[in-house]
Amino acid sequence: MSDALDIDALVREARSSIDAAQTTEDIRQVTARVSGKKSPLAEAHRSLGGLDPEVRKELGRRLHEARSTIEELVERRRTEISFEELSREMAHSRIDLTEFIPGLIAAPPARGHLHLVSQTRDELEDVFVGMGFEVAEGPEIETDWFNFGALNIPPAHPARGMWDTFYLDLGEPETTLLRTHTSPVQIHLMEQAVVDGGLPIHAVMPGRCYRRDTPDARHLPVFHQIEGLVVDKDITFSDLAGTIEVFTSAYFGPDIHSRLRPAYFPFTEPSAEFEVTCTICHGEGCRTCSMTGWIELGGCGMVDPAVFEAVGIDGDEWTGFAFGFGIDRCVQMRHQIADMRALIENDIRFLRQF
Amino acid sequence: MRVPLSWLRDFAPFEGEPAMLAATLDDLGLVVEEVEVVGEGLADVVVARVDGISAIEGADRIRRVLVDDGSGPIEVVCGAWNFVVGDLVALAPVGAVLPGGFEIGRRKMKGVVSNGMLCSGRELRLSDDHEGILRLNDLEGADVGRALTAVLGIEPDVVFDVTVEANRPDAWSIAGVARDLAARLGVPFSIPETAAPDGVADDSGSGSTDADGPPVETLASVQVEDLELCPRFTARVITGVAVSDSPRWLARRLTLAGMRPINNVVDASNYVMLELGQPTHPYDLDRLAGHGLVIRRARPGEQMTTLDGVARMLGRPGPGLGDSGQDCLICDAVGDPVAIGGVMGGASSEIDGSTSRVLLEAAYFVPMAIARTSKRLALRTEASARFERGCDPAGIDRAVDRFCQLLGLTAGASMAVATGAIDVVGDVPGPVEMTVRPSKVNALLGTEFTAAGIAGLLDPLGIDAAPSSDRVDGPLRVTVPTYRPDIRPLPMGEADIAEEVARTYGYARLPRRMPSWPQPGRLTSYQRDRRVLKDVLCGLGATEAWTTTFVSESDQVDAGFDPPYVEVANPLVEAERFLRSSLAPGLIRAVLYNRERRQGDVRLFEVGTVFQYPEGPVIDPGGGPLADTSERLSAIFACEGDDAWTTVAAWRTIAEALGLAEWVMWDHAHLGRASRVLHDYRSAALVSIVTGPEGGATSVHPTVLGVLGELDPFLAGRFGLDNPDGRPRRVGWLDLDVGVLLDRHRVPRRPAEARPISRFPSSDIDLAFVVEDPVAAGAVERTLRTTGGALLESVELFDVYRGPSVAEGARSLAFRLRFCAPDRTLTDEEIGSLRSACIQAVEQGHHAVLR
Repeated sequence: MSDALDIDALVREARSSIDAAQTTEDIRQVTARVSGKKSPLAEAHRSLGGLDPEVRKELGRRLHEARSTIEELVERRRTEISFEELSREMAHSRIDLTEFIPGLIAAPPARGHLHLVSQTRDELEDVFVGMGFEVAEGPEIETDWFNFGALNIPPAHPARGMWDTFYLDLGEPETTLLRTHTSPVQIHLMEQAVVDGGLPIHAVMPGRCYRRDTPDARHLPVFHQIEGLVVDKDITFSDLAGTIEVFTSAYFGPDIHSRLRPAYFPFTEPSAEFEVTCTICHGEGCRTCSMTGWIELGGCGMVDPAVFEAVGIDGDEWTGFAFGFGIDRCVQMRHQIADMRALIENDIRFLRQF
Repeated sequence: MRVPLSWLRDFAPFEGEPAMLAATLDDLGLVVEEVEVVGEGLADVVVARVDGISAIEGADRIRRVLVDDGSGPIEVVCGAWNFVVGDLVALAPVGAVLPGGFEIGRRKMKGVVSNGMLCSGRELRLSDDHEGILRLNDLEGADVGRALTAVLGIEPDVVFDVTVEANRPDAWSIAGVARDLAARLGVPFSIPETAAPDGVADDSGSGSTDADGPPVETLASVQVEDLELCPRFTARVITGVAVSDSPRWLARRLTLAGMRPINNVVDASNYVMLELGQPTHPYDLDRLAGHGLVIRRARPGEQMTTLDGVARMLGRPGPGLGDSGQDCLICDAVGDPVAIGGVMGGASSEIDGSTSRVLLEAAYFVPMAIARTSKRLALRTEASARFERGCDPAGIDRAVDRFCQLLGLTAGASMAVATGAIDVVGDVPGPVEMTVRPSKVNALLGTEFTAAGIAGLLDPLGIDAAPSSDRVDGPLRVTVPTYRPDIRPLPMGEADIAEEVARTYGYARLPRRMPSWPQPGRLTSYQRDRRVLKDVLCGLGATEAWTTTFVSESDQVDAGFDPPYVEVANPLVEAERFLRSSLAPGLIRAVLYNRERRQGDVRLFEVGTVFQYPEGPVIDPGGGPLADTSERLSAIFACEGDDAWTTVAAWRTIAEALGLAEWVMWDHAHLGRASRVLHDYRSAALVSIVTGPEGGATSVHPTVLGVLGELDPFLAGRFGLDNPDGRPRRVGWLDLDVGVLLDRHRVPRRPAEARPISRFPSSDIDLAFVVEDPVAAGAVERTLRTTGGALLESVELFDVYRGPSVAEGARSLAFRLRFCAPDRTLTDEEIGSLRSACIQAVEQGHHAVLR
């Protein structure tokens, strides 16, 4: 029997069977055949008992070697097969992730969007906070005093023509109104500071304002402004110009600059309009900026002594500047919105873009 | 204001490109909205005579025309048919460049060479007429070969359309603009005394402008009864006036400035106003009863019909603040009104063709009074706009002289100016004098000007600044001319002077520096939390809307609010005259707007102010506001499948994001006004609970934060929010008072201190109770929480069951309670006693039965 046993042939046959196995099932069957209880290897092992001890020892060693080799081969093939099978499975399980059908698959709802005006307001606030400003807010309903009187705009002052005012049927006629600008917040801040020793003030004041303008592509009767106020020691017009410039480049981009030109506002003196490089043509001149390269953004100036007097701040000890501009205007500029009215239509297709 | 460059040059020798001048005006704060070039391209166009017209073979639209421009016959081809041989026409010869840059070349049409073009009014930009060519037959001085510009009296000119700020009455005149511009450009400025503009004066009239007539007092009388409203009133009389057309150059300038020429008297008055900024008013003296004027305050309710044919009610206070109804009336000598002083005249004493004696009024009216009258009457005129800004009381004499001089050009040889003027003067503003510290000017501007430097910048504006000491920074004694009422006395005056210094120097040349201060910038916790709120809503699939503040009465009623409402006195749209008390109508409309555009599945939210009529006084003693306003967050959940549960999930996310310490839901009875939009049976109020310091149930302070649930189906139906089957759709509604919700004192957050997490195992017990329907699950949960105490780590409702084994009108509520101690593993005995305590508390507190 031992003559018939060719161990090397056994191993060769086993190897070819193992190599031929293609699936996990194949390898299971092959394993049983080549190393199972009924395998020639097992039989040879069982027949060792009747052999001469010397021969038995030698044959036993060789059989053991053969078994190790075969088991190694099986194991390697098994690993290969399971890798191949998993790879096939993976390929089979391919999905197209763009086939996503909302609602069909349990998922959090499609994220909503902040209104463009909110996004812009937040960003403006963040820029100013980074420049050292606090953010203050005030009421949308004001008295004549806060909206006009304290801002050096007495009743019937011709400058009132600058603001078409919505008056309210509250109290005496024309004593209460919807604020026409965020400037009354300045008055609240300064009055409060005088009461509680809160000077200096470095604040921006965003908020909703109202003017009796018929809505068109560039005007809405309800709109948003952001106003800045600094009241401190040694504050000059050059600080104002520097602040506007830093803000302009920070918000609109490094190649966007600012310039000031004289203007009139009752609550600032000296006063200025500020313009920024046209964001469409970057100063080259285009239709949007009427070929000037500049876009008018807002007004600014040194706090008028009359305003300081109205709130009880010593204009020799403290100086200050204020500036203000339209948040919605920034929105319109940055996103090139031809018609402002898109902002109040609340069309989800519009709001979702941003 | 339209400012012709040629007119500006009457006052200073301005050179340079119009674009540069416009930019300089801009930089002075005299913003140029438009630069219009007029009369350009007419230089080469001449008058020519048509000597022959003949047909061109093979052409039926154009003809061969032979013209003579004085230099000999010229052959042109022309497509117009509105002229005949002998007509005088406008010829643009070869080489001429027409307005718009169109150059005339030698062209060949149908084999005929055209050596020029016969022009239409439109081609020359003289009119809109394009029907045929311009015919000059009837024009005086239209001699063959003469330049068209000379015939028409047209000089090429540039018109700047300047926006003048409300505080600069002086700049609302040609001379004023010229003064500012000259100061910046460093060219000499002067107002010619009484000489007509050189070279353009028409010398056809030659009346005497010297005051050599009879004394004015013998011709007219003036009585000023109210010097408060009219502190200065000047009258002069001109006799022998022949009313005619103005000189062509004067009419042309008025036209360029945007005014229509009327006759020589009215035109002279308008010209003076445009040039010097002083309105004057000419009356026909012979149509003034009693040959005189009385200036008085209008009696309450008095009427007068102005030139525009409108009967005006005067002398009664308007609705505005500070309007006591004081109107200045100019009356004839018997007391009948002939003009509203400073605003508009009446027809009765108007200048017309028969006028021969003119009484010219030039006055100073109190600006605020004019402003009030003009505003109340809604009547703004060129005159009132100037008076209300403050005309120069010292400029009256010059204006009157200028009027007489201009009228003298055309009023005929018999014109005579009466000797002397009637001049009634009360308390008119004089020059402002003040001491200006250069240090203050520099402190405002961030500059280092010397006293002399400042004086040098002010001088060309006519502001005198004299050094009071030899020091370079010594104070300046400044005298401000009366034509600059915008410059105030101290203490405001220094700022005003600083602006003039900066303006003349140039804002762009001032230094810039970024200030810094030791205080940090930041958002308040309220502002940060509000951003969190919005962000959470976005995460829940809601998009932020911005809906209108103005709503109708039915919107207010639908939103559950009863009158009175805060009302706009002068709304843009009459129906929408109320300030919203709720965000509901706006958001519901926004959903509908999207549904109409096939975008019905939306969730929207808005954070905005709502307004309630104040219960107390409208204005607080400090002059502050006022109406009861609050900031609210409302969200509408209108996607397929959204309902009350959607809002509960949303609220729980919000509460978690903010880290609210403790909140409960109360049922419908507690909801209040904001809940009237909600479904009676599918809604709840959100309430924050603050437990008193002693921790007992005795000091529980509830604060209502808002409401949530589904919109009332009747309301949804009224707005048209329905399903395809026509039944109202379930729509989730969440409405929070942001001011309350984010108030950390009233609505506490979880404590800031970290609570250590126990390293010992926890134990769960499940308890199911049969509870009657009226008892809220939340109440049971709260009882469990209270009873479980510090060892109860969490409690969660995990099953609600209604069915056969539970009695009608009740349900089984199954809770999972998790217990854990920080310092040990809880024993079975401890768990057991906690379990018993919980069961007992729920059974006793809520008439419940353990299942």
